[in-house]
Amino acid sequence: MPDTLIKIENLKTYFPVKKSIFSKKLFVRAVDDVTMEIPRGSTFAVVGESGSGKTTLARSVLRLIEPTSGKIFFDGSEILKLKGKDLLDVRRKMQIVFQDPYNSLHPRKLIKNIIGEGMKIHFKITESEIKDKISAVLKEVGLRDEHMFRYPHEFSGGQRQRIAFARAIVLKPKFIVLDEPTSALDVSVQAMVLKMLKDIRSQEGLTYMFITHNLSLVDYIADRVAVMYVGEVVEMGEKNTVFNHPSHPYTDLLMASNPIPDPKFQREKRLLKGEIPSSINPPSGCRFHNRCPHADQKCASQAPELSEHKPGHFVRCHYPL
Amino acid sequence: MEKTAKVSRPFMDDLKHTAFLWRRSRLTMIGSVIIVIFLLIAAFAPLIAPYDPIEQNLSIKLQSPSWQHLFGTDQFGRDIFSRVISGSRTALWIIFLVSVISGSIGIIIGVTAGYFGGIVDEVLMRITDMFLAFPSLVLAMAFAAMLGPNLTNTIIAISIVSWTTYARLSRAEAIKVKSQPYIEAIKAAGGGNLRIMFLHVLPMCISPVLVQLTLRMGTIILTAASLGFLGLGVQPPTPEWGAMVSDGRNFLIDQWWISTFPGIFIAFVVLGFNLLGDGIRDMLDPRLRR
Amino acid sequence: MELRGKLLDVSGLKVSFYTYRGVIKALDGVELWMDSGERLGVVGETGCGKSVTSLAVMRLIEQPGEIQAGKVIFNGKSLLELSEEEMNGVRGIEMSMIFQEPRSSLNPVMKVGYQIGEAIAKSKKMPIKKTYPEVREILKLVGLDPERVMNSYPHELSGGMSQRVMIGMGLATHPKLLIADEPTSALDVTIQAQILELLDELARKMGNAVMLITHDMGVVAEFCDKVMVMYAGNSVEYASTFELFERPLHPYTGGLLLAVPRVGRTDELKAIKGTVPDLVDPPSGCRFHPRCPRVMEICKENRPPLLQVEPGHFVACYLYGNKGEVKENA
Repeated sequence: MPDTLIKIENLKTYFPVKKSIFSKKLFVRAVDDVTMEIPRGSTFAVVGESGSGKTTLARSVLRLIEPTSGKIFFDGSEILKLKGKDLLDVRRKMQIVFQDPYNSLHPRKLIKNIIGEGMKIHFKITESEIKDKISAVLKEVGLRDEHMFRYPHEFSGGQRQRIAFARAIVLKPKFIVLDEPTSALDVSVQAMVLKMLKDIRSQEGLTYMFITHNLSLVDYIADRVAVMYVGEVVEMGEKNTVFNHPSHPYTDLLMASNPIPDPKFQREKRLLKGEIPSSINPPSGCRFHNRCPHADQKCASQAPELSEHKPGHFVRCHYPL
Repeated sequence: MEKTAKVSRPFMDDLKHTAFLWRRSRLTMIGSVIIVIFLLIAAFAPLIAPYDPIEQNLSIKLQSPSWQHLFGTDQFGRDIFSRVISGSRTALWIIFLVSVISGSIGIIIGVTAGYFGGIVDEVLMRITDMFLAFPSLVLAMAFAAMLGPNLTNTIIAISIVSWTTYARLSRAEAIKVKSQPYIEAIKAAGGGNLRIMFLHVLPMCISPVLVQLTLRMGTIILTAASLGFLGLGVQPPTPEWGAMVSDGRNFLIDQWWISTFPGIFIAFVVLGFNLLGDGIRDMLDPRLRR
Repeated sequence: MELRGKLLDVSGLKVSFYTYRGVIKALDGVELWMDSGERLGVVGETGCGKSVTSLAVMRLIEQPGEIQAGKVIFNGKSLLELSEEEMNGVRGIEMSMIFQEPRSSLNPVMKVGYQIGEAIAKSKKMPIKKTYPEVREILKLVGLDPERVMNSYPHELSGGMSQRVMIGMGLATHPKLLIADEPTSALDVTIQAQILELLDELARKMGNAVMLITHDMGVVAEFCDKVMVMYAGNSVEYASTFELFERPLHPYTGGLLLAVPRVGRTDELKAIKGTVPDLVDPPSGCRFHPRCPRVMEICKENRPPLLQVEPGHFVACYLYGNKGEVKENA
């Protein structure tokens, strides 16, 4: 494995479900024993549908939600036990861009303060130095100096995402989590933002964790991909390998369900039947068994482990394709 | 690279629309006019009042309204018109301080409770409930009696019973705000709880609290007047409308003007605040804002 | 004038919204047409007016919006000239609509079975209780278990199940046209595939036409026969799905297709420069001209009409001449 920046080991994030004091304690097992490694300088995509746990995973890595158990290594050091100044230091190096452009910038603050606040927290730095840095970063994302004196509502969705990204990179982080950064944007705006993300990643030597449900975006931007289903990683590997030879039946059907913008592209209709199961009470054995076209008795009773099916390619399945 | 979209200045558009809505509602305009008159009277009181409101002149006591004494004189020969005019300053001072004090206490408690949740929220909300359990006038009376009747203690007493609404309101806003992505963003940037609470969450709670404060101003005057009437508030000779109404109780049949004029002023100002407050609330209702 | 579409023909549709910010000229002469049993995709980005068009066709535009001009001929009837009572006989019976958020379109305090029953009772003029056997049939038709779903409330169903209920309600009266406004945008990819498959299967069985409004070019490619591309309140290109993707004629369509990511695509995504215009003060002439890479002087002065440039392929663009002749180097 090349130089690893983030190593996530057996991460679990459970949320208690409040029922009456008489019933048994229930948990939403949003992230249920996830292990993954993100190489430095790469874009690692995490794909999944509702209930897959990808959003919770993103926030757990940044400790915006505190994980229930497990370990997270950032650049070699374990970060879940950190406190105070050490935690603050790590926070600077790990940033996030959210999905909703309309709620990720404080509505009552000027852009200059939104972008500049992080610097005030982390650096001993003068007002004019802050302004210079803001100026530089606005230029990098394709906006102008005068924009720092405006309020978020004066900008379009695409521009707001660029501001959010500027806020993330101004602290010179090493790692950025991008949580569905373009889902709320129009197609042509999305193209602009994705290009910017790609370009800046190479320029600044960043590492991305890209959360999405859109496989086409994964193909465009990612190096490695992990597919999640009901809190677990079911397949993980190089993007091309996973896309060209999906080994888990869920990945396979996910790709088959993805509509292709090309009417010439004919394929047999293969549908994934049924509904996504609940994370509070997932199915026994393999969580996918009741929707899987290849499942048998073993799948219903024995939960498969995530194993290295081929070098660098992991699958959680008794009968990988 | 993308050119900037034309700056649409929603704040200005919003302001223009607000002015438009304000003009459309006759009652709101009436309310606003009343309040503006009240503020002007309070501001220019010493210039408007022809006589010293405290000076006694027993030789002209209990005179009925005339051109020299527009509202007549009371049992100590004081000019009631001047006293009523000066009383507006007392009323304004009370409204202002009570609003600032109760608003501040309310916001701080509410934001803290809403932001931290859990035990902190429970404790603070139960304390709030305790204060809410008593009828506010009774509680204000108790505090005023305990602390001793004077202007400062009136203000303190009314503030103590008023903050609970603002606490509830800001707590609700804080709960809404704390889960927004822009708060998560500042956490990710390393912001600590105090910074987030005061610099990010609190500013969002100020608007709804300000609206409530305006709506409650009429109530504040009524409470102050009630305390004054009962002798638990501002003490003589300071002119305060409620106390003045009380002063004239024994003379109500023959010298009706002593209680009546201050009473009318109380009624008008409270009406003004209520109309204005209703108008503000309607203007801010998103469904009616078309 | 001869109608272009035998089932639905919309021409010159203009809709404006009167807000305190000014007049939003949402639709500026929209044209759209469909034949029976056809699948038309209406695509465009935010603000193009695709949803407003469908609401106008259903005559569901309310204050502060107003239909200013236009003709909507549906099944031989001129819809904009009908009385409200006559329109009620068309809406929900001959022409139905389903929306993006199924759980918001269903009444949260009524059982699902009752709501579907209501839709049927209205057209058949029978008491709701009597419709229940038919309701059960419809639930089975949309792939739901009647026993489980009849007595459920909307919030007890998943997104996919609620959308199936909506489709059931929409098709209960055997309409000739089903308008689906972004029916799968709020659903997961695998559920989206199920719902599109359901719409396809039912349209085949019941013979209804489907107007699918969406921003997802993949959905259009897989589901629709014909496509109408809209931009800032205008219809800019119309063609069969195949033709549109193979040879997009309007610069906007071309730009859009170059920006759409796709599994297996190796070239860089290309964005369209500029942003969608403000419809209170839209650009003069062709509303796309400030962003068009091939803009000409005439584009700034007049709005180009939607003309047939090749058999079955219509474009609103001066690059293709004024009278519909195909220019040499277009």
